Amino acid sequence: MNLLKRRKLVNAIALTLSLAAMMFGLVWLVWILFTVFKLGISGLSLTLFTEMTPPPGDDVGGLLNAIVGSLVMVGLATLLGTPIGILAGVYLAEYGRFTVLGGATRFINDLLLSAPSIVIGLFVYAVVVAQTGQFSGWSGVIALALIVLPVVVRTTENMLQLIPDTLREAAFALGAPKSVVISKVTLRAARAGVMTGVLLAVARIAGETAPLLFTALSNQFWSMDMNGPVANLPVTIYKFAMSPFSNWQDLAWAGVFLITLGVLVLNIVARVFLRVEKIN
Amino acid sequence: MLRSNEQPEAEMAFGLVSAGDGDAAALSGIRMSTKEFKASAWSKFGDRLFGLAARSFAILTLILLAGIILSLIYESWPSIREFGIGFVFSTDWDPPMEKFGALIPVYGTLVTSAIALLIAVPVSFGIALFLTELSPLWLRRPLGTAIELLAAIPSIVYGMWGLLVFAPIFGEYVQPFLGATLGNIPVIGALFSGPPIGIGLLSAGIILAIMIIPYIASVMRDVFDVTPPMLKESAYGLGCTTWEVMWGVVLPYTKTGVIGGVMLGLGRALGETMAVTFVIGNTNFLNSPSLFDPGNSITSALANEFAEADPGLHTAALMELGLILFVITMIVLVISKLFLLRLAKGEGAKS
Repeated sequence: MNLLKRRKLVNAIALTLSLAAMMFGLVWLVWILFTVFKLGISGLSLTLFTEMTPPPGDDVGGLLNAIVGSLVMVGLATLLGTPIGILAGVYLAEYGRFTVLGGATRFINDLLLSAPSIVIGLFVYAVVVAQTGQFSGWSGVIALALIVLPVVVRTTENMLQLIPDTLREAAFALGAPKSVVISKVTLRAARAGVMTGVLLAVARIAGETAPLLFTALSNQFWSMDMNGPVANLPVTIYKFAMSPFSNWQDLAWAGVFLITLGVLVLNIVARVFLRVEKIN
Repeated sequence: MLRSNEQPEAEMAFGLVSAGDGDAAALSGIRMSTKEFKASAWSKFGDRLFGLAARSFAILTLILLAGIILSLIYESWPSIREFGIGFVFSTDWDPPMEKFGALIPVYGTLVTSAIALLIAVPVSFGIALFLTELSPLWLRRPLGTAIELLAAIPSIVYGMWGLLVFAPIFGEYVQPFLGATLGNIPVIGALFSGPPIGIGLLSAGIILAIMIIPYIASVMRDVFDVTPPMLKESAYGLGCTTWEVMWGVVLPYTKTGVIGGVMLGLGRALGETMAVTFVIGNTNFLNSPSLFDPGNSITSALANEFAEADPGLHTAALMELGLILFVITMIVLVISKLFLLRLAKGEGAKS
């Protein structure tokens, strides 16, 4: 076989393998989504949203307390983490772009972005749960907020850096002080990107289980007392999926379906939102 | 405080405007000057306050990392004092007897992550190659998004799917096949022996691979995209095939970024909790080198035992596991970040 033929053959094999790799990635996505949708939709019913999680062996029941608990905790964590994250991101992009503190914060923030979420759970356990002496909804909120924080910091900084400096200079030239330039000009220009970051952060914590295992724990009953264990969807799914009861497993599939649907919708909305705003 | 100071000024301005509705144009000058006053009041105090708040929240992020490390060390201190360095090399895990060692969970974490990398790196390279060189332009964005969605699926979904859907199929069809083929090779064969039960180190590694493919693939795609077109075109102009351009030009040019991406994926794999907990089998025994055996990882040990652990040595030992995990992950992530930063710098210098 001459050299040219061999090179062409190698090329063809490599490109075929590359196509195969792409298919390999897509197959898992389709398989997982297909299973989740098939089993999840068959587990959907009205009682899912009207009844509490059932005790073992009970045939009826839903996920109401877990759904509401998750919504409340995710909402509070977003409210807690977003403003702090945006301000820290503003510092990185507008104040400390070339300072040592800015560089260090940027580096550390990127580490926190990929830090194992279970370690965040351990940390919150050590500083909140161990001190107050009980598992609580608030500790779960704090753990989730700590996961929101680096995501928001990163996207806020990236989006602010995309704003051209001429915009800042124009605002300064009109006599606006720095805080006004940031809040009225640069943050406003970057708001689509910042919102995208917040949406992605919400999508990320919506399915987070590990940090809740030793903070919010879970609760079989309806409880809105944030100082005690609060029911939440991920931990309930974990408990139910590992159980031998088929009723519990069906509920777990329905819960997985709800979370997956929510996360996918948030992701797609965030992407579309960013693109639409960019075109405008 | 500041707001109450400005309030009268603002009201006065509105009063003026609404009173003299007829010639608002003349009065607009006054309104402008009032606004300027407001701005200067802001700049005196609020501006500094705003900068201070932004700065302190940035510092908060810094403190957070230190706080995590310090609190983990503090909480695991009883275990560190009791077992010393031997903790890492001991296979004991006996809560009633208060004997603890980290070897089995650490082994599980390292082995599952290694399997994940072994599968994910070539596949991610293939995906990135496909997305940058082969795919028609109109397909690039949807395919890229689809791969990124793999990263969006929560890990508990992977876990439940892995345990109830993937593991039974894997145990029934794939493991017997692997045992019959790879199992007969000398040395390597020991890794693929034993009863095919579906769950175990190998299944956990494969699920981890699926989970980290999107991270590695998207970093690779991004760094491949920044390769100057001139370089690629010169190679094509010399008659190189697509594969030769990728392997001989693009990959060497972007190797620091590629290593950074791989390390990022490794960091993710090491710290992944729920998916691993579902499929690894959660046993603290290490009887054979077989990857078909169930095992335990640091994260699955924490997820299973921590909430019910006795306060005292058991909790401290688990905290020390968490500390070990955090330190390993941080080292990997720092390496990843340094490589990616080096690429970004090199890029700046060359352009």
